[in-house]
Amino acid sequence: MAQRVSIQTADFDLSTEVAALRAADPGVGAVASFVGTVRDRNDGSAVSDMELEHYPGMTERAIEAMIDEARQRFDIRAARVVHRVGPLRVGEQIVLVAVTSAHRGQAFQACEFLMDYLKTQAPFWKKETTPEGARWVDARVADDAALARWGIQASNA
Amino acid sequence: MKVQVRYFAALREALGAAETVELPAGSTLGTLRDVLLARGGRHAEVLARGRAVRCALDQAMSDETAVLRDGAEVAFFPPVTGG
Repeated sequence: MAQRVSIQTADFDLSTEVAALRAADPGVGAVASFVGTVRDRNDGSAVSDMELEHYPGMTERAIEAMIDEARQRFDIRAARVVHRVGPLRVGEQIVLVAVTSAHRGQAFQACEFLMDYLKTQAPFWKKETTPEGARWVDARVADDAALARWGIQASNA
Repeated sequence: MKVQVRYFAALREALGAAETVELPAGSTLGTLRDVLLARGGRHAEVLARGRAVRCALDQAMSDETAVLRDGAEVAFFPPVTGG
């Protein structure tokens, strides 16, 4: 089976990842993808760059379990998650979630489900640099609410 | 029994990346937190109940009721902020 989860410092290429996900599967009729990037503002401050920390081992296992859950819930053909760690500058890509399915509805839903799940359950932590100094990013209650829509209580924030 | 304790993000900065802690057999994750809190100092500060601290047992999200075994890997960390 192709690798489903990559945690890496290197950047990723959306086209390459989608091509690999679709390869040799003529049953694919839809691809939905999400790319998260580093924004220049957060919580009222300018942000110049950030550092992403993770829990090696647990992070990969958690996301693998999320993909298993997505495959249970949705009629999808394949899913891929790439998440970067280490130092990242404004504008850089942070995360990719890509899902293939026969029809668009299931791919859209599974992609959003995976992102909502990842935001509150995958062990990553962002530390951003602002003019006032470096600070750890606070978790958002809104992200817990987003996961609750899928019937999962997050209680992360 | 001995358990390996790991810290991440702000907790790692305050307490270091990892330590080994000796506990009575049958201890729970809550017992471990009590032992760490009883040390006072930075442990008492950053692991205080009421602060947003999440925990994992053997690399899966867990809570203080979980029973630990010898050689377990426990982690304490702030709410996650990936994505």
